Amino acid sequence: MTNSIGELEWADCILVTGSNTSETHPVIATFIKRAAYLHGKTLIVIDPRRLYLVRHAHLWLRQRPGSDIAVLNGLMHVIIRDNLQDHDYIARRTENFDALKETVARYTPALVEQVSGVPAADLERAARLYAAAPRAAIVYAMGITQHTTGTNNVISLANLAMLCGNVGLESGGVNPLRGQNNVQGACDMGGLPNVFSGYQAVTDPAKRWKMEAAWNVRNLPDWEGLTLTEMLPGIAEGRIKALYIIGENPVISEADADEIINPLKELDFLVVQDIFLTETGKLADVVLPAASFAEKDGTFTNTERRVALVRRAVPPVGQSRPDWQIICELSRRMGYPMDYAGPEEIFEEIRRVTPSYAGVTYRRLEQEGGLQWPCPHPEHPGTRFLHQDRFTRGLGRFFAIDYQEPTELPDDQYPLILTTGRVLYQYHTGTMSRRAPGLVEKAPECRVEMAAADAEAYGIQDGEMVRVCSRRGEIKVRAQVSFKAIPGTIFIPFHYYEAAVNRLTIAALDPVAKIPEYKVCAVQIRKLRPSPPKAAAAAEAESHGGSP
Amino acid sequence: MSAPRMTINGVPVEFSPGQTILEAAQSAGVSIPTLCHYPDTRPTGACRVCVVELEGARSLVPACATYSAPGQVVHTDTERVDAARRMVLELMLASGNHNCLICEAGGDCELQALAYRYQIDPPAFGKPPGTTYYYEDNNSMIIRDFSRCIQCARCVKACTDRQVNLAIAVGYRGAETTIVAAGDQPYIDSECVFCGECVQACPTGALLDKHARFLGRVWERQKVRSTCPYCGVGCQIDLQVKEGRIIQVTGADAVPNRGRLCVKGRFGWHFVHHPERLKTPLIKENGSLRKADWEEALNLVATRFAELKDREGPDKIGGWCSARITNEENYLMQKFMRAVLGTNHVDHCARL
Ligand code: SF4
Ligand code: SF4
Ligand code: SF4
Repeated sequence: MTNSIGELEWADCILVTGSNTSETHPVIATFIKRAAYLHGKTLIVIDPRRLYLVRHAHLWLRQRPGSDIAVLNGLMHVIIRDNLQDHDYIARRTENFDALKETVARYTPALVEQVSGVPAADLERAARLYAAAPRAAIVYAMGITQHTTGTNNVISLANLAMLCGNVGLESGGVNPLRGQNNVQGACDMGGLPNVFSGYQAVTDPAKRWKMEAAWNVRNLPDWEGLTLTEMLPGIAEGRIKALYIIGENPVISEADADEIINPLKELDFLVVQDIFLTETGKLADVVLPAASFAEKDGTFTNTERRVALVRRAVPPVGQSRPDWQIICELSRRMGYPMDYAGPEEIFEEIRRVTPSYAGVTYRRLEQEGGLQWPCPHPEHPGTRFLHQDRFTRGLGRFFAIDYQEPTELPDDQYPLILTTGRVLYQYHTGTMSRRAPGLVEKAPECRVEMAAADAEAYGIQDGEMVRVCSRRGEIKVRAQVSFKAIPGTIFIPFHYYEAAVNRLTIAALDPVAKIPEYKVCAVQIRKLRPSPPKAAAAAEAESHGGSP
Repeated sequence: MSAPRMTINGVPVEFSPGQTILEAAQSAGVSIPTLCHYPDTRPTGACRVCVVELEGARSLVPACATYSAPGQVVHTDTERVDAARRMVLELMLASGNHNCLICEAGGDCELQALAYRYQIDPPAFGKPPGTTYYYEDNNSMIIRDFSRCIQCARCVKACTDRQVNLAIAVGYRGAETTIVAAGDQPYIDSECVFCGECVQACPTGALLDKHARFLGRVWERQKVRSTCPYCGVGCQIDLQVKEGRIIQVTGADAVPNRGRLCVKGRFGWHFVHHPERLKTPLIKENGSLRKADWEEALNLVATRFAELKDREGPDKIGGWCSARITNEENYLMQKFMRAVLGTNHVDHCARL
């Protein structure tokens, strides 16, 4: 996030798009809801689903899945047409405004209505509300990035924010919400193919020399590595022979056979290190038992760049060990001793080689309870919001972006749009959340959320089992008529291995970010059997009623 | 401009505009007891425990719902104030079945603490024996036991103002007044999203974390501050531990969440002690995994990695970091892959 979570409560306008915040980041949602409900601030939701947040929104723009850029360009069209942009900010802090202006000039509200289904009048109102707010924040998540146009979607949001001078001020900004608890930290620490910690490029010789000196090694690799979504196909091509996987479970189910299981089986050597024996672990040559978060010390970095302590509360179960100890042991055996007394000593090394973390210490975290990077020196208070006086590259650059259709659109054979995501009560592939009785009680099984109108059209009863098919595969799942769904679009969460929705989704990747298009594909839905005999229905109810 | 002033218990104090008498007193280090006040929520003045004497006012005023004004003269500890508080507390104790012996909140109950402080005897005018109270125990997370409810409405404020979930409200009138979820349904059938904010806010034992029941008294627990393992909000949590096991998780009053949690953070910790946790290394032999000790497993991994690095080249090996391990561990993992194995094929699942 460019800004901080707590600042959201004090924004004059919050635009939420592609984020089901109240289910995926519930505590961030409380601040957004407080802004709207307690302080009367403007909340605009742009989303194909009628999310819980819509209840508190002043305006809900319901775009067709995948038409985000058209809507965002439409908003900018209205703002520029009515001369509501921040002229001073554009002149002082940005460049390439004319190119943007030229492109969005074509996105008249009438055209946008045609492409996206958002009524022109609503688009006009939303544009004026956003532009009128002295401090407006944009909040987004995977609903924006999990498209073939994901990178362009993100750039379009940045265009909109800069147009109204909303980047670099308190309670404004462009705020991506990170899904998993330490995704931010994994990126910051160099868990990426092209950078060391602190986003220092592996292709930059100066950065390599610096790390070589710090680590006392020579000849660090100078090439960019493969991304996770490239490594798997890389196995079949013979580019990858061995994998060391920590805490990830790419195999949700048998359904992943072609893309994941078969390649993993072809590896010469697979090591999986995790707290449970996951589906992925079962394919491994060696499985190493790791300690859970409650059994070790360390730090996590949250979505607002805040580094906070994780503390050991209970001893590791069985012989499990913290991941850092396991890595040190392996390294020692491979002739490169890593002798750290504990996580704090590792953190001290991180500080030395990572400028944005240089001012963060365990002692400060104890006393101050969390620090936001960049925090370049020990007296620095941390950074609540980014880009205050300048952008990282100097001037903020507008990019003219055109709307592009999703890879797959509905047709006669596959008439419905499928979008995927999370539900409040589950998390990722369920290795943690499906072991909590309360979470299982509230969300025991996969359900496809569909609008009452669609249920009626296909003769489907609330609670009956249905078959959902795409060009790639099919799954069986229980139907749930939901107020969140709108006609023509259904939603299936990805937490459940028994109904692995990724079997249906399309493998198309965003060309830059290499993120799959999980948010749009075409499907059909059918009753499992014409009319279930009573006995079978009862047996089925029983088999789904107990705990899994 | 200097801050406005008022007098509390004979001492002149400064306050900031917009502060209630309760807040002004707190900033000046004078504690006024209250059972309904709750930070980050709007004042209701419901419990009347915080009454104080305000010179010039005919009756006592609730400190939590009266705004400070320049020149006010306030007394927080007079006999009249004490008598009023005693009366309120006696009524509360008489209104339900406040049997502290077997109450989960014992030692952690704000009503019990005030009864002790004001030396309230057991109620002389309690409800007749056999009186029944609403009791709800039909979900796995929260118990509602209204024999201990003092109708302070903190739960409603927590749900409405802090979480803005709008799941519960004060319902009915007069003697029938009680806290209800929409349609007077049990939580499990209502709009409640089980964030547990109401449980954390309840000053008595009327709302309980069911998982923690009978597992340990407040004084038997250690509290360990940590960070929630689920989503990227990074809520600060207190792991409540007894004898090496987590028995409850509560929201810490720290940034970013200021005490708030969602259902995953509060009720999702069971995986830590789950019987299926991996307890030893495993090695694949003839197609199936068998138990191994650390020496064997680590030696095997190190040998195989070294072999493959030599035979196939470092660029044939990849490593996946994780969004679920710490910064220190992610850092070491990429260091290990780059410095020891010599590969940049390092990534994690941010893209999925
Ligand atoms: S349930 Fe607890 S918080 Fe709610 S009114 Fe009763 S005593 Fe107060
Ligand atoms: S658990 Fe949360 S949503 Fe449910 S009543 Fe309590 S505060 Fe409201
Ligand atoms: S408590 Fe909920 S909102 Fe907070 S970090 Fe955990 S999962 Fe996220």
